Amino acid sequence: MAAVSSPPADLSAALVLQPVTALDWLVVLPVAWCIGIGAVLMMVRHRTFLQPLIAVAALGVLAGLDAALLWHVAQTGPVTMVMGRWLPPFGIAFTVDLMGALFALMAAVVALAGAVAAVTDINDSGRRYGFYPLLMLLMAGVSGAFLTGDVFNLYVWFEVLLISSFGLLVLGAEREQIDGAVKYGFLNLVATTLFLIATGYLYGIFGTLNMADIAAKAGPLRETAPLTTLIALFVFAFAMKAAAFPVNFWLPASYHTPRIVVSALFAGLLTKVGIYALIRVSVMLFPFERRELSLVIAVVGALTMITGALGALAQTDTRRLLGYLVISGIGSMLAGIALGGPGGIGGAVFYALHSMVVMTALYLAAGLAARFGGGFSLAALGGLYARHALFSALSLMLFFAVSGLPPFSGFWPKVMLVKAALDSGAWWLAAALLFTGFLTMIATGRLFLIAYWRPAGAPTLQVAVPATALLPLMALTAVSVLIGLFPETLLGLVQKAALTLDEPSAYLHSVFPAGSAP
Amino acid sequence: MEPVFALLTGIFLTIAIYLMMSKFIIRMLIGVAILGNAVNLLIFTSGRIMREVPPVIGPGLDVPAGPVANPLPQALILTAIVISFSFFAFLLVLSWRAYSTLGTDNTDEMRVAEPDDAPLPPLGY
Repeated sequence: MAAVSSPPADLSAALVLQPVTALDWLVVLPVAWCIGIGAVLMMVRHRTFLQPLIAVAALGVLAGLDAALLWHVAQTGPVTMVMGRWLPPFGIAFTVDLMGALFALMAAVVALAGAVAAVTDINDSGRRYGFYPLLMLLMAGVSGAFLTGDVFNLYVWFEVLLISSFGLLVLGAEREQIDGAVKYGFLNLVATTLFLIATGYLYGIFGTLNMADIAAKAGPLRETAPLTTLIALFVFAFAMKAAAFPVNFWLPASYHTPRIVVSALFAGLLTKVGIYALIRVSVMLFPFERRELSLVIAVVGALTMITGALGALAQTDTRRLLGYLVISGIGSMLAGIALGGPGGIGGAVFYALHSMVVMTALYLAAGLAARFGGGFSLAALGGLYARHALFSALSLMLFFAVSGLPPFSGFWPKVMLVKAALDSGAWWLAAALLFTGFLTMIATGRLFLIAYWRPAGAPTLQVAVPATALLPLMALTAVSVLIGLFPETLLGLVQKAALTLDEPSAYLHSVFPAGSAP
Repeated sequence: MEPVFALLTGIFLTIAIYLMMSKFIIRMLIGVAILGNAVNLLIFTSGRIMREVPPVIGPGLDVPAGPVANPLPQALILTAIVISFSFFAFLLVLSWRAYSTLGTDNTDEMRVAEPDDAPLPPLGY
């Protein structure tokens, strides 16, 4: 066989020829780590004692990795790593900017708290059915979605986290869970399929799926291609994933059915991935189209926050009440996206980070309240303050935080959003934000009044609560209080993140150091 | 060629949406299966259809000799097929469990998680 050789080609246009520096490995490490540990946990599936130890340690490491990544990105700007040495736009690129790194870090913190809380909440049977491996895969999907720089890859991570969330949702296979999972499953599948449809059209128009490439090519195409229709499809798909009114019915149907730790993780992680994707696509890739659609997004946001808060007022089950508060928060983030600018986008990112911590903590608090008070129904709960003063104090702080009162974490994003709304003349949006805060205060205030201050109806047995149950709640509340008291660092970071999104030249430069794509 | 495929995608989507609006899970499942195929066709058409040689680089060459079909949509569809198949399998099992546990495949009657007659929260202290 004669070896036919052509002259050696210049590969530098298509392949990375330099070895990747150790720091840049941080870009893909969170995802690879989660998948690897997920596999290890799968292998020790029957060692129910070992699983939480490995998972908690691994999530601690993940938080460390994400913190290092955030530090690296804050120092040097967006960082890119490509798969299989193929340069973008040929290969899949992972590109991390400040927003992605912030979201990834907060997600890891929330997951760590959830894993610690699960030590007492998930029994041996739940562990054998794979709670911890599924949690790690969920984190792989969430981290991947936050770190990727490719639209189709984003879809894949959406599916990874969705399939893991299915597994977590039906853990236990009770009647309620099956019922909730049917609605959650079908509606979420429709939402991700809509996302895929939009991605197909995007590829048809642009011929590329790399985000930086799209952002660079959107300008010239704006005159000829139906970009507003395309972005409207994306907004619809992500709004459904984020549980925006009126496509949010999967959330109140399902979020109260799984184990409380699973609810807490879902509330902290899943809808925020939808918001993240919406910000990424609408703000960074298609800023002009976002402006065209801003009124629609603003109206949807206002309706989401108000219907969410009203829904919370009408609930008897504490978990369902919290589910509506999750929806209400999504409305505030949508308002920020509609407003745009450093104030609006920064406010939306800040609100999302705050909501991740606080909603998770609130669900964990509801779980503890059920353990102390014997259930989730407001009709039965009572006397929690008499039983555990420290727990009640933590809960009250979280109630204040979710209502947006100072000095907790919910206050600052609300200030940013209201200010941005007033600056751009959308007084009605500012009014909706404040009215929502008021309604949320009533809902959570009544919860505190009835479940905590009202004397217990029937004397219940004293329940011993191990430290692992109270510790994550304390830690998350501490995070909320710290953000509320010392917002400077985070405020600076989110505003810088919003500026990077507004003017993505640093992002583009990180993907295409030599200028734009061929 | 593309208009034919676009039309076919439209028909698939119409059938899928019609089926998914049913209240019976089994019809929704068939709708989901067709929806997945509609999207695959859509991606395929988006990548432009060419009756050209397969995208294989000949021996000793660094680039294909002439115009070749676009390989990327096929890779995307392959991914989407795997994903939609696994989802369909999960939903199929879930629907079976729902039917055997809840005793119905009518979503109107699935009110276990959200009871029709949920009590109001306490109105007084």
